[in-house]
Amino acid sequence: MNFLLLLGTPVAGAVLLGFFGARRWAPEANVAISLATFLAACALTARVIGAGTLTAADEQFFIDPFNVFLVTLTALVSLTTSLFSRPYMRIEREHGRVGSAQLRLFHSMYQLFIAAMLLALTTNNMGLMWVAMEAATLSTVLLVTLYRTPASLEAGWKYFILCGVGIAQALFGTILLYFAAEKVLGAEGMSALLWTHLNGVKGQLEPTVLILAFVFLLVGYGTKVGLAPLHNWLPDAHAEGPTPISAVLSGLLLNVAIYAVVRCKVLVEGALHSALPSQMLMGFGLVSVVLAAFFLWRQRDIKRLFAYSSIEHMGIITFAFGMGGPVANFAALLHMTVHSLTKSAIFFAVGHAAQKAGTQIMDDIRGLITLSPTVGWGLMLGTLAILGLPPFGVFASEFLILTTAMREQSWATPILLLALGVAFAAIFRRVQPMVFGETTARRLPHPPALMPVFVHLTLVLTLGLFIPPYLADWFRRAADLIAGI
Amino acid sequence: MNETGFDLQLLNTFAALLLLSSFAMLSQRRVVTMVNLLAIQGVLLGLATLLLAWRTGKGHLYVSGAITLTLKAAFLPWLLHRLIRRLGVYWDSEPLLNIAGTMLVGLLIVIFAFGLAQPIAALATTTTRSSIGIAVAVVLLAFLTMITRRKAMSQVVGFLSMENGLFFGAMSATYGMPMIIELGVALDILVAMLVLGVFFFQIREQFDSLDLHHLESLKEEK
Repeated sequence: MNFLLLLGTPVAGAVLLGFFGARRWAPEANVAISLATFLAACALTARVIGAGTLTAADEQFFIDPFNVFLVTLTALVSLTTSLFSRPYMRIEREHGRVGSAQLRLFHSMYQLFIAAMLLALTTNNMGLMWVAMEAATLSTVLLVTLYRTPASLEAGWKYFILCGVGIAQALFGTILLYFAAEKVLGAEGMSALLWTHLNGVKGQLEPTVLILAFVFLLVGYGTKVGLAPLHNWLPDAHAEGPTPISAVLSGLLLNVAIYAVVRCKVLVEGALHSALPSQMLMGFGLVSVVLAAFFLWRQRDIKRLFAYSSIEHMGIITFAFGMGGPVANFAALLHMTVHSLTKSAIFFAVGHAAQKAGTQIMDDIRGLITLSPTVGWGLMLGTLAILGLPPFGVFASEFLILTTAMREQSWATPILLLALGVAFAAIFRRVQPMVFGETTARRLPHPPALMPVFVHLTLVLTLGLFIPPYLADWFRRAADLIAGI
Repeated sequence: MNETGFDLQLLNTFAALLLLSSFAMLSQRRVVTMVNLLAIQGVLLGLATLLLAWRTGKGHLYVSGAITLTLKAAFLPWLLHRLIRRLGVYWDSEPLLNIAGTMLVGLLIVIFAFGLAQPIAALATTTTRSSIGIAVAVVLLAFLTMITRRKAMSQVVGFLSMENGLFFGAMSATYGMPMIIELGVALDILVAMLVLGVFFFQIREQFDSLDLHHLESLKEEK
């Protein structure tokens, strides 16, 4: 029942907004639907805290400590993003960048995208997870091209074809996984694709097939995570689409993709009894961190800058999951949470900043703080948070990851530190003049919604100072689950 | 279910023809012909699935064969032909590599594919396990087709051919995925093509062409 409510609400919302998405009240309806989804997620969380792992619909859906916090996070960020998009899309409409058909498309696909991500997170079926991941891509392709500019069409095409090919690799990986599992679990019913069943027999799965499956799954879902060198679509899709979409792509979709990779890694590692999957994750992660840090220097577009920063953070998370063990997994989960909150907050601030300046080119955005202190401070604090300055939560998780790396993979620590330093300088040197100095900004027809920015940053700050015991316990249980303890 | 029956030989023939059609697609420069080859692949795939369904008596394979025939052999080629007519894109530009070179690379890829499929085929218990190598080869050849093309339409045909290869792989290794997954995959492919149709018209409206070199301005040096 809870699952039905959680997944049904956004789907019903997508249908409703497909018809009425351009009405005057559509943005409010969008917020109301997201709120209902969030409440359903909270109800589900409350039940899991009480009852532990839950399954539903013939074990097709399940909630365990690992995905329940991602479900809540996804619902929360989609709620705050809908609050942000309310004035944002109204301003875009008054600036003449979108018409009523595009608004309808935007609202409807936004809800469908949320539904696809929630399905990918809650399904127990590896095949269904693939279907949901592909659905999440498809629902956002036309949103990336919402403005119909040449650049946005190019971004949309890249997104479609690269993620399409990537996800096809993941399908092959899923087929191989099924092939290996069918020998142990039998082809009758669906049990050979259910993660909980697979996890139970992972020691008996054929290692040679599973390692091949993992390579394909990692390349496939890794494309969606934006791991270098498969990251080409990511900066374009983030920069050219409307900002609410950049916020959910960066804050949520990348997390869901990492979730898929980690679920696969747990199975494969259990079957292989070797460190190969971990080493592959660490390798991809480290390459992404380093590459992204250096690409940050060459960016001129503010949304591309933060898109590369997302690649960098996805690299850090992947590296941490690669190290494995309860502590590193704990840190990676924490980093997923704080990155998602901080990065979406930054995109909210960036969206309004770009609207005020009338451009996304960083050289032309100046002195935000003079005209609008809230946008300026939101961007500044968000940037400091994402760069890992204490006392924000990103500092806590990065600190944990670095100290674990020193103990377990000491060779990687200097590389990580160097990349983090380079990224710090690259981003800070750009953001500082945008916030301070002479202003070039203009006034907007609707007051910007900055409440979500500060709500997110407050949460990140809180997580940096003190992790509530039930949340810590939750992360710990998820970390143990991933570590296979 | 003997290992040398006529039906098995027929299945192997279908597999061989599938590989042949992939090579034909690789060497083809006319987009219309590529779509026709895709339709042939769909027919071969559908017939092979139905034959396998009859051979193994698995009910869900009948359904998936029927879906394959309607979707991949009829509907998608029809949709692509319609798009080609409406957009007026009949020819691909010169491939990035000349045809002879591409074919040579294709040959190497087939050898590699059989090597890759070796451990899987060794473990498979299905009577169709010898076709797993062909399925992997079809996937990789489709990948090569996508890499060497410059027009959006040809890349899409390559993409669909890759999906055909994956479907064939699932069929030869495990007699197909569970029904709900195949339905989900088919639905995703269908939606993808519809999204693509909308998308092509947007590209066309903006550039008057579907040549991908218009879509190469988002570089880092900008």
